[in-house]
Amino acid sequence: MDKSRSLIQEIRRVPDATTVVLSGDVDLHHSPELHARLVEIAAERPPRLLLDLRGVPYMDSSGVGTLVEVWRRVGAYKGRLVLFGLNSRVRSVFEITKLDTFFTICDTEEEAARA
Amino acid sequence: MSAAAAIWLANESGVMTDSERVELIIASQAASLPVVRNAVEKLARMEGFSDAETHGLLLAIDEALANVIKHGYQGRPDQPIRIVLARTEGPDGRQGLAVEVRDQGRQVDPATIKGRDLNDVRPGGLGVHIMQAVMDEVCYSCPPDGGMLLRMVKYAGSSGTSRPRRPGTN
Repeated sequence: MDKSRSLIQEIRRVPDATTVVLSGDVDLHHSPELHARLVEIAAERPPRLLLDLRGVPYMDSSGVGTLVEVWRRVGAYKGRLVLFGLNSRVRSVFEITKLDTFFTICDTEEEAARA
Repeated sequence: MSAAAAIWLANESGVMTDSERVELIIASQAASLPVVRNAVEKLARMEGFSDAETHGLLLAIDEALANVIKHGYQGRPDQPIRIVLARTEGPDGRQGLAVEVRDQGRQVDPATIKGRDLNDVRPGGLGVHIMQAVMDEVCYSCPPDGGMLLRMVKYAGSSGTSRPRRPGTN
């Protein structure tokens, strides 16, 4: 319930990619803050933005909507957004909303780095 | 509803319960959602739902509550939302859980509450689609004393994909 606890645990930047490590439930409570932070990071225009979701046990439609908005912003400058480490619950939300066909989703960080 | 579920919910969430029904009343704020998810997850497990079914229940109830917070109460954080969970049985004898979400917010014509075109990739508007995809029944109605009533049912052993139902039909 502590909204001050950020979902973003770590940001790693290398010349051609930024990796953002998330931890915690991405729901209506936390999505607005996550949206603001990811929009800031996308504004840096990393060629590839990798989101590490291994620490995300749950995501609702507000979380998915946040990632759709980031996907659009990254796509607008011809960058690439890659998600990896989704558990079965989080992956199912993308499948239910048929967004798994729009996002690049990888199982591991190694695959994401090559995607 | 098992005694263990009733005792746990009473202790952890301050809910009212009897042998077949659990009621939670929360404030219309996003900070309440994890509390409800926690309660529903444990209850669904005790009722024998699989992990995927339990997740479907969590997701549907979460999306329903988010819609009430955002649209029904339009962000006012101090309004009541009542959630009632009750055992039910399908026509084929399958066990299920019926969920009612009751608010006193803005009324809208239930016929206008629909999932949107998923080919239009944009944020927002996915909650109703998710509820219909994971639950077996989803039915909105406008009670005469105001607000909205949402009734959803999930049966054990089903994959979801509800058929919209007319208010008042069973």
